[in-house]
Amino acid sequence: MTSIGTGYDLSVTTFSPDGRVFQVEYASKAVDNSGTVVGIRCKDGVVLGVEKLISSKMLLEGSNRRIHAVDRHAGMAMAGLASDGRQIVTKARGEASNYRSFYGEEVPIGELCDRVAHYAHLCTLYWWLRPFGSSAILGGYDRDGPQLYMIEPSGVAYRYFGAAVGKGRQAAKTEIEKLNLTDMTCRQGVIAVAKIIYGVHDEAKDKAFELEMSWICDESNREHQRVNPSSFLAPLSISSFHSTTYVAF
Amino acid sequence: MEPMASQWTEAPHSMGTTIMAVEYDGGVILGADSRTTTGVYVANRASDKITQLTDNVYLCRSGSAADSQVVSDYVRYFLNQHTIQLGRPSTVKTAGTLVKELSYQNKSFLETGLIVAGWDKYDGGSVYGIPLGGTMLRLPFATGGSGSSYLYGFLDQAWKPDMTHEEAEKLVVKSIALAIARDGASGGVVRTVTVNEQGVERKFHAGDKLPLFYEEIAPRPSPLRAH
Repeated sequence: MTSIGTGYDLSVTTFSPDGRVFQVEYASKAVDNSGTVVGIRCKDGVVLGVEKLISSKMLLEGSNRRIHAVDRHAGMAMAGLASDGRQIVTKARGEASNYRSFYGEEVPIGELCDRVAHYAHLCTLYWWLRPFGSSAILGGYDRDGPQLYMIEPSGVAYRYFGAAVGKGRQAAKTEIEKLNLTDMTCRQGVIAVAKIIYGVHDEAKDKAFELEMSWICDESNREHQRVNPSSFLAPLSISSFHSTTYVAF
Repeated sequence: MEPMASQWTEAPHSMGTTIMAVEYDGGVILGADSRTTTGVYVANRASDKITQLTDNVYLCRSGSAADSQVVSDYVRYFLNQHTIQLGRPSTVKTAGTLVKELSYQNKSFLETGLIVAGWDKYDGGSVYGIPLGGTMLRLPFATGGSGSSYLYGFLDQAWKPDMTHEEAEKLVVKSIALAIARDGASGGVVRTVTVNEQGVERKFHAGDKLPLFYEEIAPRPSPLRAH
């Protein structure tokens, strides 16, 4: 599927003869090789989930967060290079805050997405910058209802009802498509996302992982909140999950 | 020896003014007089102090004519860009915030009291009063200008919540007429603009058709017309 871009892939300001910018495509590789990140838009809100692969047993549970609040009414889950993702979140927070000061209202999620995408694209235009090696799944709840967007390293952004990136994205997308999102509440969505992430995790290749989740829905008063899915799991038996995994909140 | 006419040819244009805006069930009504003065000379007896900012938001201007025009031009420009970027009409609150930011950040240069009013699908009809210092306050009704001093007591008694469109319009016209009767810097005609979900309606209430109050004399045919 991928071709070697010999000679045309040295700089982000070089096109290949068939019209591709290889550096931007390579940036997406960083995302494809990271832990799975999933987002779904339910009827009353948005749920985000991250498969946080643990590199060392010394890491404190709950550290190295991959989901960040951008504003009261929006949150972002990052896939790919963690530090690049952090920068995108910082930018998004700045834009959201700036919008609030200037226009007196919380930023509409679509507008926030546009601004972040614009910034990600900016970094693909100059040879002295490099593209971000991370995709952001942005979930928010504004006056037009709950919305889910994904911004890719190329600067492209679409609105989704279900999105997945990272290692297990193919399997995750298949699972998401089976869900009936229009009738699902976020309470049910949290369980669904948790199941999907546990399902796509590759026990053979990657050892331990932490599940990090958040939601933003009517029940959370339209505020971005972290969730601990085990507190929702009463009807399910915990033994159905692997013992080496941790559930973080 | 100074030239005699300096005071009323060189004084800056001021809109002595009476302006007001009222929320009613389903929208807002903006009202204003039409007198613009330079000193004691009436530079324009039929001015339009109700300016459009967007399709659904209007602005009542008072104080310095120049300052209020410049502020409204900037805000119209910003709102236009904002609407295009957002892909939907701006809210009245956003319009008010932009007016407030300009008024507050430039308070030492500006002398203008403004009322922003309009309709949007999230909050319905809204009125925001933005007086001299740059405070922004959402109110069920707001007044401004030199003539507004004469309306406080009247409105304390006459205003009530959840008025119909007819009641609100009557209130606005009567209020402005009362202010015109007592304030020398307000006069001319009463202009009203109604903004609601269906759109905008401009109305004109001729000066000689306004209600008369205590000790006011009925208008007579103008000697200028006699021939």
